Amino acid sequence: MQLKPYVRSLSVAVSLAVMAGCSSGGGTQEGSMDGIAGGNGAGGAGGAGGAGSSGQMSGSGLGEGAGQMAGARIPEVRTIYFAYDSDAIRPEFQSVLESHARFLQGNPDASVVLQGHTDERGTREYNLALGERRAGAVERFLSVQGVSPSQVEVVSYGEERPAARGGNEEAYAQNRRVVFAY
Amino acid sequence: MRALMTTWLAAALLFCAPLVQAELTIDITRGNEQATPIAVVPFAAEGGQLPVDLAQVVADDLERSGYFAPLEREAMFATPSSGDEVKFGDWQALDTRYLVVGRVRREAGRVEIRYELMDVSDGSRLLGEVLTANDSQLRAAAHRISDKIFEEITGIRGAFSTRVAYVTSQGVGDQTSYQLFVADADGRNSKQVLSSDEPIMSPDWSPDGRKLAYVSFESGRPAIYVQEVASGRRAQVTSFEGLNSAPAWSPDGRRLAMALSKDGQPDIYVMDIGSRNLERVTSGSSIETEPAWAPDGGSLIYTSDRSGGPQIYRQALGGASPERLTFTGNYNARGRFSPDGESIFLIHRGGNGYQVARQDLDSGRLVELSESGQSESPSVAPNGTMVIFATQQGGNGVLGAVTADGRASFRLPAAQGDVREPAWSPFLN
Repeated sequence: MQLKPYVRSLSVAVSLAVMAGCSSGGGTQEGSMDGIAGGNGAGGAGGAGGAGSSGQMSGSGLGEGAGQMAGARIPEVRTIYFAYDSDAIRPEFQSVLESHARFLQGNPDASVVLQGHTDERGTREYNLALGERRAGAVERFLSVQGVSPSQVEVVSYGEERPAARGGNEEAYAQNRRVVFAY
Repeated sequence: MRALMTTWLAAALLFCAPLVQAELTIDITRGNEQATPIAVVPFAAEGGQLPVDLAQVVADDLERSGYFAPLEREAMFATPSSGDEVKFGDWQALDTRYLVVGRVRREAGRVEIRYELMDVSDGSRLLGEVLTANDSQLRAAAHRISDKIFEEITGIRGAFSTRVAYVTSQGVGDQTSYQLFVADADGRNSKQVLSSDEPIMSPDWSPDGRKLAYVSFESGRPAIYVQEVASGRRAQVTSFEGLNSAPAWSPDGRRLAMALSKDGQPDIYVMDIGSRNLERVTSGSSIETEPAWAPDGGSLIYTSDRSGGPQIYRQALGGASPERLTFTGNYNARGRFSPDGESIFLIHRGGNGYQVARQDLDSGRLVELSESGQSESPSVAPNGTMVIFATQQGGNGVLGAVTADGRASFRLPAAQGDVREPAWSPFLN
């Protein structure tokens, strides 16, 4: 990832910003997580946030058009959703996965982190394991399509980073997801 | 580079810590009908009022325990401050069983606290003690008095001078921030020990009460860290590929049980902290996570979905085959032993959703304890009388606590944000 040197120096800047600006109360860790560098920096420096590309799309506009161009650009749809207590890839998301597989095969230097998420029901550590299972199902799908394992990493967040708040099925459905973070 | 950043950050966090608060308040949600009536009379003050109402702190401690029903102050028609001033007939008429009286004297920044515990039925003095403290130690002194009174009457060691670690979060999605706090067992005196833009999970106290193990995603992936609470000094102990989760300190403080998925599906491992050697406890194609140690250190319980859904299993260390413990319902997870090793507290999905439950190991009988249907993360007080857990109130995560028999419960709502994953400390004195 050619971004890394930039991320590192930004992280040091963030550390300094935290030391200088304690009253914001937010604080941060060095957080050199690829793909959300901008968001981290802004958040750490005082909670403004939002500047960086998160690699997460809302999921609107589903698979139409994604990957029509044989993988020259990162596919726009980067989130797929799952049924309750399931790690099965839903048919409507197969084309999304295929577009990412084409992109990764066409760009062997690119790599992606598959972020697995669950809804809030059940215990946290068990959900962390379920999120890994979900992301693992996507990883296997990409592998079957011929994507090199070295381009794919799985990180489960369980229920720790919900996309939507609320104890209802609408929020649960938005939270049961795997995000492609390039 | 990385080490340097960590050092700077630790310094920054320490400097920030006193400014950041996530104070919790207490709402009693269910009182115990059979609680013992006690009166804690406001302490008389010489040399000016104290910044802390000691008698109120003691009464609140005793009420939260579920064992006692403190008399309201408006009902007291006398305020004796020493045993020889007490007219026991007055208190017998109020059906009070025990009486606590005391006086404080403040001199040159030091506070001298005298208190006595009286048995109202026969007028005998059960306890009499003198403590000294400075202004910043007053709540701690009150909790110590509560501990003494509780033990004198119930025969059970008091756990009011303990602490609770918990995780808070603000925001949603990528803008969420996470903090790890440590507070007194009554939710007061909270101090931030870690802050991050990435999730923090699964705090667990070392048996000496000085360190916390936890999971942090600050490197972009979950990793297990150990941190000294007082100094903030910390070390990363695992960063294997895949899950690094659910650290649980062994009773001797030398090992950490944990769930790792470096070999495929998550399995239970035990790490020797000194040598970092790993011993694999489970294997197979199912999920194994949420380990907890039996008090004697000879076996572990953990959650496994090898039967299809999550159930709790027990496995002796040293190769014995696991024994399934839970059979009531199709979701039983994250077990924690009672200090006497005779029962486990767990999350059970019943007709009312996810609840804290207790299962007695001899009989196998399971009893639901919490009323909320969204309970998580039970953690047992070191004296085994209460369980603290995470639940929901008004769409926010809050902490709740319930007595081990389910008779009394209370909530600890925070002023803002979500609070979850409480971990009750061991005895600290």
